[in-house]
Amino acid sequence: MTDEQIKTLVLDELGKIAPEIALDQIDPAVDLRDQIDLDSMDFLNLMIAIHEATGVDIPEADYPKMASLDGCVVYLRSRIKEA
Amino acid sequence: MPALGADMEAGTIIEWLVKPGDAVRRGDIIAVVDTEKATIEVEVFETGVIQNIVVGKGEKVPIGTVLALIRTDGEAVLPPTEIKPKPVAAPPPIPPRPPTPPRIEKPPLAEVPPITPHRLRVSPLAMRAALDLKVDLSTVKGTGPDGAIIKADIERAAKAAVAAPPATPAHPTAPAVEAAVTPAPSAPSAEGPKLVPPRKPTIAPADRQAAMRKAIAAAMAHSKREIPHYYLGAHIDMSRAMTWLQAENLKRMVTERLLYSVLLLKAVALAVREIPEMNGFWTDGAFKPGAAIHVGVAISLRQGGLIAPAIHDVDKKSLDQIMVNLRDLVKRVRAGVLRSSEIADATITVTSLGEQGVEAVFGIIYPPQVALVGFGKIAERPWAFNGMIGARPVAMASLAADHRASDGHRGALFLAAIDRLLQEPEKL
Repeated sequence: MTDEQIKTLVLDELGKIAPEIALDQIDPAVDLRDQIDLDSMDFLNLMIAIHEATGVDIPEADYPKMASLDGCVVYLRSRIKEA
Repeated sequence: MPALGADMEAGTIIEWLVKPGDAVRRGDIIAVVDTEKATIEVEVFETGVIQNIVVGKGEKVPIGTVLALIRTDGEAVLPPTEIKPKPVAAPPPIPPRPPTPPRIEKPPLAEVPPITPHRLRVSPLAMRAALDLKVDLSTVKGTGPDGAIIKADIERAAKAAVAAPPATPAHPTAPAVEAAVTPAPSAPSAEGPKLVPPRKPTIAPADRQAAMRKAIAAAMAHSKREIPHYYLGAHIDMSRAMTWLQAENLKRMVTERLLYSVLLLKAVALAVREIPEMNGFWTDGAFKPGAAIHVGVAISLRQGGLIAPAIHDVDKKSLDQIMVNLRDLVKRVRAGVLRSSEIADATITVTSLGEQGVEAVFGIIYPPQVALVGFGKIAERPWAFNGMIGARPVAMASLAADHRASDGHRGALFLAAIDRLLQEPEKL
């Protein structure tokens, strides 16, 4: 999976959770929860969607690494390589 | 038309899922109704056969209106002349509500009035007209066959009532037509439901938003006007609960993980067993305890507004079951499709605004419920224990309760029970 594909996957899922946001306005370096008002259920649904698409099971302890879009890309890149 | 929440005045039939002659069982979804807040799947409360459908697709009618008639076992089939639904024209504008609306014989939704010699004979059309025009059937003299009450009799009685209004001044909170299938009283309104008949099957998002704002305004103003709230707050040490939850989630795949809200919901439900006067409804000047523990969960909508559908029998469910229910509920709230029982029968509500970072929330009770539990953010705080100070995750639990139904002492015991239950998360 390329970085671009990972990014698209995460953004697609965010679009489903928060249909009213402009996905191209998201700053990839900034915490997603601060940008788009995600609650814990939204975030869990994002993790589940990523798991279903990539097979990567993200432990709760690693959630902080998934906080921003850039973070998601870096983290998933390494986890997918492992697999 | 069931009252799907205290803030609902009218609903629009979007779709019928049954037709006359269909057999239905209690709990079946028979129709889809649009309200200000959501699209609701209406569950039937009787088992029997659909005799006729009274309110057609696209029609907007006030709560309490008979939508369809169901013949239950053992009831005679009505002669076809009586059950023929007339093609319904635009619903008549509701006349100004008489100052003290005459009490209407409570017509259970979807139940055929049994035609027996010692009961009033009322044609289905007349039944509907009586509801629409708010006429007490027991005061109407029937002029139909065998003295049956027909629609014309109702209309005559309604005109007479408007012509001679009682002398008492209007009471702004006089209950309107009692909800047919739910314990929720209809939302009071000084002006009565507005029945503008543009028969759009669905409401445009912007309209829905405005309508929802209005509905919330009506319910909350009603609550603050009528309910003498008292408020209590307690700091709860969440370290045991959070440690247990982390260890539990470590063992689980992401799809099986629990959110801490599930622990809170279960703790509230179990605490309700100990202090039952927090659970139920204040109706007709008295507290009616809830028959079960259905916990309403306040869920905010991304576009604004909120809705508090119920998870049923939370006290009897495992944490996993509650989590499955919660996920499903949030998903359907966001999609805008809920079931009538979820909307109408919460017996207590929980709001967890802590997600947004506030430390405490002091809620407004959702009438006719009598209590609302709020949880603030779980944050690390200095916590004194055994003469030592340490950092622990702490949450502020608050209770807004109806002083007519309970006193502060019982409310305090209730919060203490929630605290105690959260100290033994493995037993939840």
